[in-house]
Parts: sequence; structure tokens; C-alpha cells
Amino acid sequence: MTLHRNSVAPANARSLPIRQLVLTLVGWSIALIIFFPILWMVLTGFKTETAAIADPSFLFSPTLESYQAVHARSGYARFALNSVVVAFGSTFLALLIAIPSAYAMAFLPTKRTKGTLLWMLSTKMLPPVGVLVPIYLIFRDVGLLDTRTGLIIIYTLMNLPIVVWMLYTFFKDMPKDILEAGRMDGASTLQEVFFLLLPLTLPGIASTGLLSVILSWNEAFWSLNLTSSKAAPLTAYIASFSSPEGLFWAKLSAASTMAIAPILIFGWMTQKQMVRGLTFGAVK
Amino acid sequence: MHIARHFPVTTLVAAIAVAGQAHAQTAITVATVNNNDMVIMQSLTDAFEQAHPDITLDWVVLEENVLRQRMTTDIATGGGQFDVMTIGTYEVPIWAERGWLEPLENLPDDYEADDLLVSVRDGLSLDGTMYALPFYAESSMMYYRTDLFEQAGIEMPEQPTWEQVRGWAEQLHGTEENLAGICLRGKPGWGENMAFVSTLVNTFGGRWFDEQWNPELNSEAWNNAITFYVDLLSNYGPPGASSNGFNENLVLFSRGNCAMWVDATSAAGKLFDESESDVADTLGFAPAPIAETPKGSHWLWSWALAIPASSEHKEAAQEFITWATSREYIELVGETNGWTSVPPGTRESTYANEQYVDAAPFADFVLNAIQEADPTDSSLEPTPYIGVQFVGIPEFQSIGTQVGQTIAAALTGDTTVAQALDSAQRATERTMQRAGYIER
Repeated sequence: MTLHRNSVAPANARSLPIRQLVLTLVGWSIALIIFFPILWMVLTGFKTETAAIADPSFLFSPTLESYQAVHARSGYARFALNSVVVAFGSTFLALLIAIPSAYAMAFLPTKRTKGTLLWMLSTKMLPPVGVLVPIYLIFRDVGLLDTRTGLIIIYTLMNLPIVVWMLYTFFKDMPKDILEAGRMDGASTLQEVFFLLLPLTLPGIASTGLLSVILSWNEAFWSLNLTSSKAAPLTAYIASFSSPEGLFWAKLSAASTMAIAPILIFGWMTQKQMVRGLTFGAVK
Repeated sequence: MHIARHFPVTTLVAAIAVAGQAHAQTAITVATVNNNDMVIMQSLTDAFEQAHPDITLDWVVLEENVLRQRMTTDIATGGGQFDVMTIGTYEVPIWAERGWLEPLENLPDDYEADDLLVSVRDGLSLDGTMYALPFYAESSMMYYRTDLFEQAGIEMPEQPTWEQVRGWAEQLHGTEENLAGICLRGKPGWGENMAFVSTLVNTFGGRWFDEQWNPELNSEAWNNAITFYVDLLSNYGPPGASSNGFNENLVLFSRGNCAMWVDATSAAGKLFDESESDVADTLGFAPAPIAETPKGSHWLWSWALAIPASSEHKEAAQEFITWATSREYIELVGETNGWTSVPPGTRESTYANEQYVDAAPFADFVLNAIQEADPTDSSLEPTPYIGVQFVGIPEFQSIGTQVGQTIAAALTGDTTVAQALDSAQRATERTMQRAGYIER
């Protein structure tokens, strides 16, 4: 027996590193494939316009001329500020609405809760262009065209189904006994939510919020259609560098790099919380 | 006592109110595309605002198709988001007919509207009234490398034909490394390959529609033109020609990879600029080649500035568009950015300006091409539509793009020319039936 165990152990020890190595290689390859378009965009931003459109190559003399041209032309700070205000504003508003509704659906369900949840999600299946004209007319009549408030409202509505769904899943995974114990100790519903539910599901709420920020930051359809000069965010800034006559790929890449840089840094900084939140409740 | 005590405060409030009034400015929003001439216009914002202290400019710059869709939504719903719009010769009559644009009937005398080129002015008018002012205009012409032509002993005639062009392309193709005999647009789109293809069909004697709006895409003339185009570009074009539009061909030609290129006259300034082009010293110009007829062999397009009917600042908007399309503006660009950078093709006075003519040896070709292009008579047989490289009806954007895709498929070899044209004919018939031009 002992001999047998001894003969198996080295075999496992050998196969484990190989399996790990293969898995690591596969993981890195997938990550590289996903990251490659971003890497290529960053590299293109440091090329000249003619090099950007030439045969693809990693070997080139880097230049900052595209960044200079982009910087000289338009007010990046104004667009970036709009993006920050709109992305965080809409996320805050979405969480404010979604937390009570997800609480009600998770802890006080009715026979229609499931149907309501599915209906909410089904609104995401409608192509946005289908409601462009009615929304545009409403925004025109109430004076919300080209305003940050207008974009915050539309992004809140756009992300609400996902935010409610995610929070509902996180809340559902929380043991009800903890809330009941709180209730036994005399906590009101608000106290239950603020002192028990929110602290215990914070990683989930944080990752939901981060996802909402990222989705709002990257949204282009509504921002291009509902804003013009005052409330235009970074997606409109990127769109302004495309040209039907003349070379623009290097400048467009430089502008895109500048547009995604803040959210990329934000994503890196909050990576831990995000992964923790997304896997929250996955292993009990 | 009370008055004395409050005096400084009252004075301050009054001063702020007066200052506020003194600086009451009208902000106008200008929607435009990211073409080089428009970038220059944006860079001269300060010059306009200094000359007009009561007006400030806000810019919205978008990709051409996004801008078109954005402006259409706004104008159709009366959103009033824009005070000035950059639109083309295609949109102006269609939008004017729907009452979307402000008629420009009271232009000031010092604007010198008579100085505008007649063909360009007519293209921006409906029933004799202008609805947009031309910012720059272009036609099409042929560029070629004089060094290659000299080496091969070819002399460019005053008016080349497409048959000659095929012979020269065959002769010159591959004589240098990575040298294509000819570069032409292949990327699908009504404003990309179909702008060129339409002129080729015109000169081969074809037309888009007969006088009763029946499509003629599988006619003999179309078949001849597209067979010629596919054969020419497949044999003597650059690799991957079906994905090359204006920008891609501009790079290829400026790096010396094309012996000939037929495209927009607006490329001339860039090709002639030594900092951007390797062929600036050996650049030759010729009129666009012809086949059966010279009619419609070169296009006419202008980017123009219009005021939407929904604008709340029409007066200020007119101040701006008359400034940006004026003779003074052209001179300002010449002095600040160099004479090859001035917006071409709009005014007689530009071509009478010695500084411009000296700096831009292509000026005569451009002027002739623009003056000779006649959107009202662009094909051998009569047509019910206006436009050289487009058909001036709202349905053309989708028709042109769809036909462009089938022709690109023929170019890549996915279908034969006959199959592509039959499919294009059926699709166009369906669209025209649905739109009510012809009976089902």
C-alpha cells in the first residue's frame, strides 16, 4: 500500500505543474486575445497617420504627434467631466431605486415577482433606435436635450434592469435568518436594510455599481443622439475624430486611448472588489 | 442713511446687471464633419468671435453618417439643437422641399453671391432659391505619376478615354515593387464606390432610372461599365481593392503605389503637399476619363452650411455662414494656413487670385471639372432625377449602399457581374415599388 501511494504521489506532482502550465498558457492566450484590440489601439495612437494605415507592424518609431493634434483641437476635460458626472450620477440613481425594489422582490416576493423581473429584463431586448424618436420628442418638450440630467435619466433607465437583477441575486443569496434576527431585536425595515443587508452584501452592491459605471461610460447610442455641445461625453469626443476625407486612424486611436484611460484605471483599481462581488455567493 | 448704507451693494448689483447685459451673447451650435477644411474652420473660431463679439460658437463634430442621422432626427422632430448644419449637395434640395431649411433670400450685398460658381450655387438651390452656402466643392479627375508615364513613353492626351487608361494600367502594373496600374474606389457605400461607379456608368451611356423611374441596372450599359470596372481593378488594381475607399487610395497614391488614380479633386492639395506625399514632384493631372459620352464622367459635390428651420438663432447663424463661405474667409485661410489649404471650388475670385493659382497648379483642372459637371444633364439618355454621382431622391442612400455591396461582391469574385446586377436590379425595383415611384 505504502509503496503504491509513494509511486502515485510523484506522478501527481509531475502532472500538476504541467496542467497548471497549460491552464496558465490558455488563460494568458485568452486574455491576450481579448486585450489585443485595446493594445493595438494604444500602439496606433503612437504612430504617424501613414504608419497607422500601412501594413500592420509592431516595429515603428513612436511619436506623440497624434496626441498633440488631439490635445490642440478639442476640450478633452469638458467631455471627460460630462462622462464622470453622467456615469456616476446614473449609477447612484440606479442603486437608489434598485436597492429597495430588489429588497422587496428578494424578501417579500409575490406570485408576480418572477414575471416582473423577466419583464424588466425584456426591456433590454428592445433595440434602442426603436424608441429614439419618442424619447427625443419627450426630451425636447421637457428641455432635457443636451443636458447631463437627461443623460443621467436615460442611463439610469437603461441600466436599471441589470442593476435590479444583480442586486436581487445577491440579496436572495443572503440567509434570511440574519434579517429575522435583526427584526426580533426590534430593527425597523430601514434599519434592517442599512445596518444588516447593505453591509453584508456590500461586495455585491459595489460590483453592481462598478458594472453600471462601466456600461454608462461606454454607452454611445444615446449620448450621440441626445447631446450636442454642452453635455456630450467622451463617446461623442471619440466620434468627432473619424473623417470621410483624410487620414484619421492615429488621431482616433489617441483620442480613444484618452477616453478609455480613466475607466481602465478605475477598473484596475477596483478589480479586487469587482471579482469579489461577481463571485459573491458563488461558493457557500 | 439707509440709502448710503446700501449704496455699495446696490451699485454692485447694478454693475453686475449691466456687465451681464453688455456680455449678452448668442451661442450658436455648428454641426460639422471632421474633414481638414472643417478643422481649419474650427481653428479660426477666435477670428470669427473677435469680429462678432455678440456671437459665440459651439462645435459638434461627428462622423459623416452619424452626423447625417443625428441632424435628420433633430430637424424632423424640430429639436432645435443645431443652428448651423454641414450638409451636402444631395441633402439640400430634399430637405429644402420638406421645409426643413431656412431659405437664404436676403444675403448681404458684400457677400457677393454672384461670385459663387454657378453649378455649385444651382446644386444648393430649389426653385431658384438658395438653401445652403457652399463651404467647399469638388469634382473628380485623374491623378497620375508623370515619372512612370515618361519612362514608358506615354503622353497624356487632353482628354483620356477609359480604353486608353486600361492599356496604360496594363503597361505600368508591376513595373515597380508594389505598384498597381490603377487605384479606384472599391469600398461599398453610396458615397464611396457608388460615387465613382455612377460616373463610370454615366460615361458608358447608362443611367440609374428611365423617365418613368424604372431601374436600369441590368442594362447593357451598366453591364459594360461594371464588367470593365471589375476587370480593370481585378487585373491591375492594388490587392484588397474592394476595401479601399478615398482615404485608403489617397495613402496608396501618395506613397507611390498607384500609377493612376481617379477620384475627388479635393485630394489634389494633399498630394501636392511634400510633407504628406512622396509623389508631390511627379504628380500629373488630367480630366476624368470618358467612354461613350463625356456626360456625367466626373461628379459634382459640395459641402455646404445651412440653417435648419428649427434654429432659434437664425440671424446669428446667417452671420456665421456668410462669414465662413465668404471671400474674406478664403483669404484668411490662405494667409494663415497656406494657399493650398483654402476651401476650393466655390468662388470665381479664388481662381482669379494669383497667390492661389501660383500655389495650386491643379486649380484650372478643378475649376473646369466643377464648371463642366451638370447635375441636370448627366447621362446620355434623359433621366427624371438630378445628380451626377447620386440620384436626388431620399431612397437613394439605401439603394446606393445596397447596389454598392453587390458590386463589391462582384469585385471580390463572390458573384459574377451579371448576377450582381440582376440582384441589384431586383432590390432597387422592390424599393422603388414600396416607395410608390413604380407600380407593383
